[in-house]
Amino acid sequence: MTYKQRIDGRGFDEARPIEAKVGVIKRADGSAMFKIGNTWAYAAVYGPRNLHPKFLQDPQKGILRCNYNMMPFSSSGERVRPGGSRRSKEISLVTQKALLPVLDLEEYPNSVVDVFIELPQTEAGSRCAGICAASMALADAGLNMKDLISAVSVGRVADKLLVDLDYSEESYPDVAVADIPIAIMPNSGKITLLQMDGEVKKEELMKLLEMGKKVLMEIYEIQKKALKEKYHEVEV
Amino acid sequence: MYRELRSHIINLLNADTRLDGRKLTEYRKPIEVEHNVVKTAEGSARVKIGETEVMVGIKLEVGEPYPDTPDEGTIIVGAELLPLSNPEFELGPPGIQAIELARVVDRGIRESKALDFKKLCIEKGEKIWMVIIDICPINDAGNLFDAASLAALAALKSTKYPSFDGEKVDYKQKTDKKLELEKMPIAVTVIKIGDKFIVDPDTEEEMAIDARLTVSSIENGTLCAMQKGGDFPLTMQDIDKMLDIGIEKGKELRKYL
Repeated sequence: MTYKQRIDGRGFDEARPIEAKVGVIKRADGSAMFKIGNTWAYAAVYGPRNLHPKFLQDPQKGILRCNYNMMPFSSSGERVRPGGSRRSKEISLVTQKALLPVLDLEEYPNSVVDVFIELPQTEAGSRCAGICAASMALADAGLNMKDLISAVSVGRVADKLLVDLDYSEESYPDVAVADIPIAIMPNSGKITLLQMDGEVKKEELMKLLEMGKKVLMEIYEIQKKALKEKYHEVEV
Repeated sequence: MYRELRSHIINLLNADTRLDGRKLTEYRKPIEVEHNVVKTAEGSARVKIGETEVMVGIKLEVGEPYPDTPDEGTIIVGAELLPLSNPEFELGPPGIQAIELARVVDRGIRESKALDFKKLCIEKGEKIWMVIIDICPINDAGNLFDAASLAALAALKSTKYPSFDGEKVDYKQKTDKKLELEKMPIAVTVIKIGDKFIVDPDTEEEMAIDARLTVSSIENGTLCAMQKGGDFPLTMQDIDKMLDIGIEKGKELRKYL
């Protein structure tokens, strides 16, 4: 099987259809929903709030905790056993590192900001969708932020470089595949998440980062629009 | 704070109204039931009752029957009180609240015989379908019991079998064969605060509960499961009234399916 065009007919530099909304979980201090193709993420922010147990507290600044979780029915294969896996713990960690650079937590000593990411439905790109939702939820919670965070995956299938891989591309049989989730601070262009599975040449990677940046700026606009929509409603 | 809130709620109830202006046995509005919201599940539903939102997804797996019921499939109900949905919920294995929620939903479905377990048998003594029902609250603004029970039934109603070749389940291929529902059990939780009875408590009202009774009933009014909760006892007269409310309101909720 040679790979000539994308199965869903997208251009190689095109993301799947995106939907974003802010303020979807009323009990949270901030919340957002981000859908890209069949991958669907919710994020809720609680805090800054008191941190227990006390020894976890930092008297200099607040801390950020992130938790990524797939709902049991969110995978197209077998049920995902609840309770977290090594994979979900690692994604929680890189999510926290991806978000931290835009937050100013010095105002909240001894406190915690909790970010809970839940995925009702996944089909590749779930950590990126989670990060997009989380950064919108943090902004919705009214926290001081230097920038938003926008995330997407880039990669290659055979000799094609592409943006926002779906499941069929991520697991394309019998050819070299690379899957590279990235997150950036759109205003400075700085990268806060970079992971890779697969094989790719350095030159290809640099080209992929450029391709990714273009799509990330589009995602950034969608995130901003969703945030503005919510606050527009409040004004009326 | 708690005591003041409670006496305020009781004063309102005595004046036949509530914090948000509802009647005592009135559910919040709107009530919305959406079927098949999650493509990765074999069946799913999202239920909103006022601001409370619950998602339920169904996965079907092939397993071995229990030795004492070799020709019957089974259901497994799981509930996770996601910390995303309520500032009080914490990460970690299901606590007693989550376990009670799952078991109340389980009993409503199991005891009403909403599913004929014999129809879930693939090969006697060898292979059966396990219907796994997972409850995930998105926003807990009160009354998870009723919202989760309604969502579980709506999700079951939308469930289609994946294809199974005798060896492996192919989740990518759903068949047209639907899971058959024999009955429509509906759970209504009736709350006692002071000497008044209400349904569909919001977050504040849940803090003031003396006792609750979850009443599951089917179309003809037959009761199929109950669960009493709360710290205070109920009299026979209380139970009589609560059952009437539960059966009556069940008929109303069933229309949303």
